[in-house]
Amino acid sequence: MLYREAGDFKTSYGEDNQTFPIRFDRRAYWVLLVVAAVVLPFLVTDYWANAFLVPFLIYAIAALGLNILTGYCGQVSLGTGGFMAVGAYSSYKLMTAFAWMDMVTVTILSGVITAIVGAAFGLPSLRIKGFYLAVATLAAQFFLVWLFNRVGWFYNYSASGQINAPERTLFGLEITGPNTEAWAQYLFCLFFVVILAWVARNLTRGTVGRQWMAIRDMDIAAEIIGVNPLRAKLTAFAVSSFFVGVSGSLFFTVYLGAVEVGEAFGIQKSFLVLFMVIIGGLGSIFGSFAGAAFLVLLPVVLKIVGVDLLGWPTDIVAHLNLVVVGGLIVFFLVVEPHGLAQLWRLTKEKLRLWPFPH
Amino acid sequence: MKLGTLTVAAIMAAAPAMADLVIPDLSYRTGPYAAGGIPFSDGYQDYFTLLNERDGGIGGEPIRLIECETGYNTEKGVECYEATKGEGSLVYQPLSTGITYQLIPKAEADGIPLHTLGYGRTSAVNGAVFNNVFNYPANYWDAASVAVNYLLEQNDGSLDGKKIALVYHNSAYGKEPIRTLQVLGEKHGFELTEIAVDHPGQEQKSQWLQIRRDRPDYVIMWGWGVMNQVAVQEAANIRYPMDQFIGNWWAGAEHDVIPAGAAADGYLSLNMNTINPDYPIFGEIREHVVDAGLAAGDGSNLGSVLYHRGMYAAMLTAEAIRKAQEIHGVTDITPAMMRDGMEALEVTEATMESWGAPQIGPVFSVSCENHGGSGEGIVQRWNASEQRFEPLTGFISPDAEVIAPLVEEDSMAYAAEAGITPGCAEPS
Repeated sequence: MLYREAGDFKTSYGEDNQTFPIRFDRRAYWVLLVVAAVVLPFLVTDYWANAFLVPFLIYAIAALGLNILTGYCGQVSLGTGGFMAVGAYSSYKLMTAFAWMDMVTVTILSGVITAIVGAAFGLPSLRIKGFYLAVATLAAQFFLVWLFNRVGWFYNYSASGQINAPERTLFGLEITGPNTEAWAQYLFCLFFVVILAWVARNLTRGTVGRQWMAIRDMDIAAEIIGVNPLRAKLTAFAVSSFFVGVSGSLFFTVYLGAVEVGEAFGIQKSFLVLFMVIIGGLGSIFGSFAGAAFLVLLPVVLKIVGVDLLGWPTDIVAHLNLVVVGGLIVFFLVVEPHGLAQLWRLTKEKLRLWPFPH
Repeated sequence: MKLGTLTVAAIMAAAPAMADLVIPDLSYRTGPYAAGGIPFSDGYQDYFTLLNERDGGIGGEPIRLIECETGYNTEKGVECYEATKGEGSLVYQPLSTGITYQLIPKAEADGIPLHTLGYGRTSAVNGAVFNNVFNYPANYWDAASVAVNYLLEQNDGSLDGKKIALVYHNSAYGKEPIRTLQVLGEKHGFELTEIAVDHPGQEQKSQWLQIRRDRPDYVIMWGWGVMNQVAVQEAANIRYPMDQFIGNWWAGAEHDVIPAGAAADGYLSLNMNTINPDYPIFGEIREHVVDAGLAAGDGSNLGSVLYHRGMYAAMLTAEAIRKAQEIHGVTDITPAMMRDGMEALEVTEATMESWGAPQIGPVFSVSCENHGGSGEGIVQRWNASEQRFEPLTGFISPDAEVIAPLVEEDSMAYAAEAGITPGCAEPS
């Protein structure tokens, strides 16, 4: 009933290849976008923005980035936290060195710097694969965190080693700093999410994306049919790092405002983003969003239900969160390795037939 | 949608109690720092519960505690702050230097005071720049100076040519004392070696190997959580003399030294408050809180070092609330009034007597120029056979001559960075 293809004729290749081939999906997408961009900014409070909307958007970008690398190109990376740190520290250096620079430029440049760093750390992927590559990216994670902790230049030699985002405005509106309005924070992140998701979607279904997928499915076969593994892997690393860098930059400038590299961008962060990709669904744009939403919302929902409504002790709820996340990862790996995205796909299949299953 | 309904329901449930004195407790009972977070939070909450049970609150106004678990994580800390600030929270005590750095600009913008007792950003002492941030009775730079002053006393006033190693948690927290110790090293002629331990600090073999090789005359430690017990154990393993090993006040609680057993005997640490399980206040907490089944946590931490500290933090908060009520002549105070109360706080021997904990802390008063109190600290020694810390010295004063210029420099740098024109806040 809800999903009907009947009468939805496609008369051109363009229509046949569109992202949402079903009219209902297409409409739902535009409605969602309008709600997110026009309606939500009027409703969002400080708590909503800081507790889940902004972190969700930022993690969605990071998950998109990791999904490009791991889900589409098949290169396992445990260096996400380190690359986010590169994005954050690039923004900090850019913001403090060039005070006139606007935040959009800062964010994009941070992404570009991270892309260069990411491509450099991607070089070993040409020789090593699988677990060994994971270990190499793990080394990147620890090296980058150590570097930002060790070299004073990165944190402008401040006594504590913390970096603080100075106040910056865009069109006269504060985007960073403590006086930022919740809706400005939210819209700024939403802008990047929409643009980057669109870029990711179009990259992954074009030539570049097909090369990535060919490398993922079988690199030798890909090479034989003419895919250049050097280019494919390095572009995957660069694009993925660009996304992760942008998310790290937003994480620092818009969301937290002050970070300490070991605490904010430690190995925990790499795992968190990896879990988002696994739970959401490897090799799926929707999965990146679903995974990020799930892992950002779960602790908040558990807290609201457990502590505020049921009055349980806070530590029990915090432990319960760990148990639930751990259990879900095992559950998804065993029962649905393709994650929430696959569940969504199955639901859609069912809905297309419903209520007449035959 | 469902979440929205739940949030609304949660707010509705909380709404009728708006007239209380709201004290959020950003605690951490999970994670690698829980061992320190639990007793502190228990002490903090139990004291307020006692005030509610015994006196019906402060000035007749009941206290409402809101606990929020941060796990020592800055993201959760921010979420807790946002979740509780709308409830009329009077003062935040995040017990984490990382979260403090996060909250300093937010608290300034929202006009809610932040009390970072012996942690956080040291230069918040300068109340003209940090209007809403208080770190009395002492801060990290004071601690570094107190430790050095103690060592000076031990060495007949001269540390010339001595080697001192600083083992520190590689974070904003651990890096705080470095500048001060460097300046003090120049002044007193000792050589400082900085040895970093990365979060969470479970692996310190290489650091202690370095200490074993260098044989410094003294080791000063800035540790927290699991790092402390590992360090004490490693020090015992390399037979480093415990009477030359001084932890700061976050590295001197029972759970830090008990795992090393008898080998930890004689371990020194600083403290900003005295430890005395026989204070009359404990009898009252037992009677009104523990026996009534209202104790926070499992109630097993009563009388421990960090329980004392949490309770001391609560006492200072309660005193500031009283002061604010007195200044403004109302009992239901706002965060802005609370700020005025904190800035006018005065702690005398008589005040501490009235709390039921005589001489628990130094005598000090707060002013706009000095949000940091007296900065005094004691040195305590672990007695492994009796399983308790014993005070070794009285309150030692820090070297204001060294610290004041550092505070001035760092706070002015912050003012320039954040675009603040230094000036005392007008009382509301």
